[in-house]
Amino acid sequence: MSSILFFEQLLNGIQFGTMLFLMSAGLTLIFGVMGLINLAHGSFYMIGAFSAALIASLTGSFWLALLASLSGAAIAGVLIEIFIIRRLYRRDHLDQVLATFALILLLSEGVRWCFGAFPLYLDIPENLNGTLPILDDIIYSKYRLFIIFMGLLIAAGLYILITKTRLGVRIRAGQNDRQMISALGIDISKLYTIVFALGASLAGLAGAMIGAIQSVEVGMGEPILILAFVVIVIGGIGSIKGALIGSILVGVTDTIGRIFLPEFLKVFMEPASATSVGSSIGSMLIYILMALILIIKPSGLFGKT
Amino acid sequence: MIIEKIFNKWILLFLFTIPVFGFVFEEPYYITLTTKVVILGIAGIGLNLALGYCGLISFGHAAFFGIGGYVTGILSFHALNSELMFSWPFVSSGSSDMLVIWPIVILSSAFLALIIGLLSLRTTGVYFIMITLAFAQMLYFFAISWPNYGGEDGLSIYMRNSLPIINTMDPLTFYFICLFWLLVVIFISAKLINSSFGMAFQAIKQNEERVKSVGIETFKVKLLVFVISGTITGLAGSLYTDLNRFISPSVLNWQMSGEIMIFVILGGIARLYGPIVGAAFFIVLEQTLGGYTENWQFWLGLILILEILYVRTGILSLFEKKFKYEK
Repeated sequence: MSSILFFEQLLNGIQFGTMLFLMSAGLTLIFGVMGLINLAHGSFYMIGAFSAALIASLTGSFWLALLASLSGAAIAGVLIEIFIIRRLYRRDHLDQVLATFALILLLSEGVRWCFGAFPLYLDIPENLNGTLPILDDIIYSKYRLFIIFMGLLIAAGLYILITKTRLGVRIRAGQNDRQMISALGIDISKLYTIVFALGASLAGLAGAMIGAIQSVEVGMGEPILILAFVVIVIGGIGSIKGALIGSILVGVTDTIGRIFLPEFLKVFMEPASATSVGSSIGSMLIYILMALILIIKPSGLFGKT
Repeated sequence: MIIEKIFNKWILLFLFTIPVFGFVFEEPYYITLTTKVVILGIAGIGLNLALGYCGLISFGHAAFFGIGGYVTGILSFHALNSELMFSWPFVSSGSSDMLVIWPIVILSSAFLALIIGLLSLRTTGVYFIMITLAFAQMLYFFAISWPNYGGEDGLSIYMRNSLPIINTMDPLTFYFICLFWLLVVIFISAKLINSSFGMAFQAIKQNEERVKSVGIETFKVKLLVFVISGTITGLAGSLYTDLNRFISPSVLNWQMSGEIMIFVILGGIARLYGPIVGAAFFIVLEQTLGGYTENWQFWLGLILILEILYVRTGILSLFEKKFKYEK
C-alpha cells in the first residue's frame, strides 16, 4: 500500500515539477538573455488560464483553449514588452522589481475587472478523463500523465530550439554578450521581444493546464511564481538545464514532503502533534532545501560563478 | 538638502497636528489612519536603511514585520487566556505588558534577521532579492499551516497590550506611543547614517570592492545593517498588531514586502523621512481611490509604473523641484 502511495505521490511531484519547469524556463531565459528580473511572470500564467477558460466557454474545445492560452499570453507578452518592459532592461534590479511588481497589481486588477472576482472552471476533455493503469496495480490520472508528457515534450522542444536553430544560437549569444551580437547586426530588440513572448506563452500554457485541475482565478500565478524563483535559484539563474532539474527537485520534494513528513514524524511523536508539526515543516521543506544548496553553492547548481 | 530639512519639519508638524484635529473634531478614524501611516513609516524606515542606504534589495521584510507582529500576538494571547506558553527552561505564560513585549520583539526580530542575513548575504544581486523573498514566504507558509495560533484565520487579541499608568486603549494615546517610536527610530537612523559605520555602509552601496580594499570587512557591515533594518521593521510589526488587535499570515505575505518597498520608493529612496511620505501617500490613495472603485490597486500599479519609468526619485523630489522653480 505504502509503496503504491509513494509511487503515486512521486508522479504527482513530477507532474508538479514539469509545470514548474514551464514557468521557470521562461523566467530563467528572460533573466539570462535580457538580465531582467520579471515578477509579472505569474501574471502570464493567469492570463493564459483566463484566455483558455474564455475560449473553452465559447467553443467548448479544450485543444483550442490550450492554443488560446499560448497565443493569449504571447500577445500580452509582446504588448507589455514593447510598452513597458523594454524600458527596464538598462535599469537596475530594484527598478525592475518594482515596475514588474506594479505590473502584477495592474494586470491582476485588470483581469478582475474583465472577468469578475469569481473563479472560472476549465473542463478536462472526455478522452483525458479517468485513469490509466500503469505497472501492475498502480493506476494514475490520465490528465496528469498528459501534463507530464506535455512538460517533457516542451523541455525537448526547448532543447532543440536552443541548441539546433538559428534563433537558439542568437539566444545563446545574447546570454554571453549582448553588445557583441547587436554589433554583428542582429536586431536585438526584436530578439528580446521574441524571448519575452516565448517565456510568457510557456507560462500561459502552464496556467491553462493547471487551471483545468484547480480553478482559474485572479492571483493564481503568484504562489507558483515564487516557487519558480526557488527553482531558478536552486538551478542557477540563466540555466535551462538547472531549471529542469530544479523544477523536478522542488516538485518532488514539496509533494513527497507534505505527505510523508507527518507519517515519518508519527514514529517519534504522538499522532496529533506529528500531523501539525509535519505539515508545517513539510510546507517549508523546499525553502530549507534552497538554503542548504545555497550554503554549498551560492550561485545554484548550474549557475555561473 | 536644506529644502529637504524644511520638508522634514513640515512632515513632523503634520504628524503632531492631524491626530489632534481628529481628536478635537471627534473623528477617531483619522487618528487610526495616521497611526497606520506612522507604523508603516517605521517599517519603511527600517527597510530604507538596508535598501536605500546600503543597496541591499531585500524583498522579504514582511518576515520581520510578521515576526514582530506574531511575537506580540502570541505573548498577549497567552497572557489574556492565562494559558501556559512553555515550561522550559523557565515557566512563562506570555505577557500583555508592552514594556516586556517590546524587548522580546526586538530580540526575536534581530535574531531572525541575523539568521536570514547570514544565509542571504552570501549571495548578491538577483539571488539576494529572490532568497529574501523565499525566506519570507517560508515563514508565511509556516504561519498558515501551524494550527496553534489560528493558522490561516489569524489570531485575535481582545485587549490592546498595556503600559503602566498610560491607557493604551485610547486611540490618541496609542498614536503618541507610535509617534514616540517613530522619533526614536528616526533619531537612531540619523545617528547611524552620519557615523563612520554609516559612511561604510553607504560606501558599500556605491562600490563594495573599494570598501573591501580599504580593509573593511563588508560582510560584517552588511550583516549589521540588515539586522538593524530587520529589527526596526519588526518593531513596526509589533505596533501594527496592537493597532489592529489582530494578526494574520497576510502580514507575512510577499505583497507586504512589496508594499514596504513601495513606501520607500514612493517617498524617495535614501531619504530619512521618505518612507513616511510614501506610507502616507499609499494610505491616502487607498482611502480615496478605494472609495470610488474596488480596483484601486489598478491605479496604484499605474502610478507606480509611471513613477518608476519617468520620475524615478520619489514624491519628495517632485516637491523639491516645484519649490526651486518658485524661488
